[in-house]
Amino acid sequence: MSEEVISLEDVWVQYNGVTVLEDITLSVQNRDFLGIIGPNGGGKTTLLKVILGLIKPNRGRVTVLGGPPEEGRRFIGYVPQLTQFDREFPATALDVVLMGRLGHKGLLRRYTEEDMEIAYKALESVEILDLKDRQVGKLSGGELQRVFLARALAADPKILLLDEPTASIDEPTKTELYELLKGLNREITIILVSHDIGVISSYVDKIACLNRRLFYHGSKEITAETIEETYRCPVELLAHGVPHRVLKKHEGK
Amino acid sequence: MWEILQYEFMRNALAAGVLASVACGIIGVLIVVKKIVSISGGISHAAFGGIGLGYLMGFDPILGALFFALASALGMGVLRERTRLSEDAAVGILWVTGMSLGVIFIGLAPGYAPDLFSYLFGSILTVPFLDLVVMAALDIVILLVVFLLYEEFMAISFDESFATAAGVPVGRIYMVLLSLVALSVVVLIRIVGVILVIAMLTVPATIAWQFSHRLKEMMAISVLVSAIFTTEGLWLSYVFDLASGATIVLVSVATFVLSSALKSLFK
Repeated sequence: MSEEVISLEDVWVQYNGVTVLEDITLSVQNRDFLGIIGPNGGGKTTLLKVILGLIKPNRGRVTVLGGPPEEGRRFIGYVPQLTQFDREFPATALDVVLMGRLGHKGLLRRYTEEDMEIAYKALESVEILDLKDRQVGKLSGGELQRVFLARALAADPKILLLDEPTASIDEPTKTELYELLKGLNREITIILVSHDIGVISSYVDKIACLNRRLFYHGSKEITAETIEETYRCPVELLAHGVPHRVLKKHEGK
Repeated sequence: MWEILQYEFMRNALAAGVLASVACGIIGVLIVVKKIVSISGGISHAAFGGIGLGYLMGFDPILGALFFALASALGMGVLRERTRLSEDAAVGILWVTGMSLGVIFIGLAPGYAPDLFSYLFGSILTVPFLDLVVMAALDIVILLVVFLLYEEFMAISFDESFATAAGVPVGRIYMVLLSLVALSVVVLIRIVGVILVIAMLTVPATIAWQFSHRLKEMMAISVLVSAIFTTEGLWLSYVFDLASGATIVLVSVATFVLSSALKSLFK
């Protein structure tokens, strides 16, 4: 049973006269696992922020769970890029995961027992409950990524948005992370943006390429032409380390 | 050295130091962690405009400072939400506008401005009892608001995008934080003056950050070291007859240098 959870129609975003997203139309169905690949500066993060309602498009319509993004984002778990954080920040892993409960807690209130339990459960589901009291700066890239995933899960989301979740972590950890996401995908819609073409394609079930414009394929069969068009330079498609080959020959379009 | 406590002005000065430490210890940590040191500097200098207005219109300059500091805090918040002007540039403009207004108002005011110097550089030895009451009241407001919005302050300092996405009214929380900065500035003017306020809002918190990575713990350490600095600076300035505000600041900075050196030595 498929049901549309996110829809973008003819969305344009411009910063100071520079077009960052051009004519984006995208439809995401319930329990999709959509991978969006594209070069750095191609607008991937902007696209996620448009879906979250953090950036207002100059033109076009965005709908999340049938409403405007400002309302829909309560049901979205957002996992931003690791690079944006001050490693010295005085917060423990548990503090950060609890931030996922802020929307449910309400202002001028403390976290409840229930918030605590949910945070513990989220930490457990990403297998780092033992690190709960560690300061965020003392966590490895992979552990930190799990903390942010747990924070997103603590909000009890229907949709997960992940921005470059594998950027600063090693290969085995990447695989573990993707396995974890695959499990979550049984109940949650996932959109993941990355420039990591190789691994992404063996886990996601739909792929789109983004470089200012979106080249949406619907299935994960992706061609060298699409990628070259997206990156605007020749790309060598590597398939090593991928359980099954997903980069098929282009069939008439 | 205990005999100096028999003087009322000395007891008031000590109390003022401790009351100011509560404000600058707690808010200083939030300022340093949220990286709004320069904005806080802008707010404290803008407060000078209010001090001048107080002289000109004949009301307590500290009330003028409170009004100007709060107005500039709210102004900075609105500016950030509504315009594309860079915060950095806005701080510069706010800073000089407040100072210039202060100078003009004082020039226009009839007669002398006898204790002008104490508003600029602090004068902990002349704090009247009534000011202690005001400082205590402002401390209570600061403590209460930080207690109620602790998680939100932490969240907007750590990651504004996520906090917004999670449904936190980031813009308004930020404005509340800047208003608390304004209140702390007013509490601190008596101790170190508008020009040196920013020292008390950054040095103790930065020292605390060298020894702790827990927000609450940092606040406690920061309050404690501020209280030590004000007391120590007060005593030194009394014994050697130095300007109290500047002495307190230099004691703080010297301790910071020492603790940084110790920290890198034991790393």
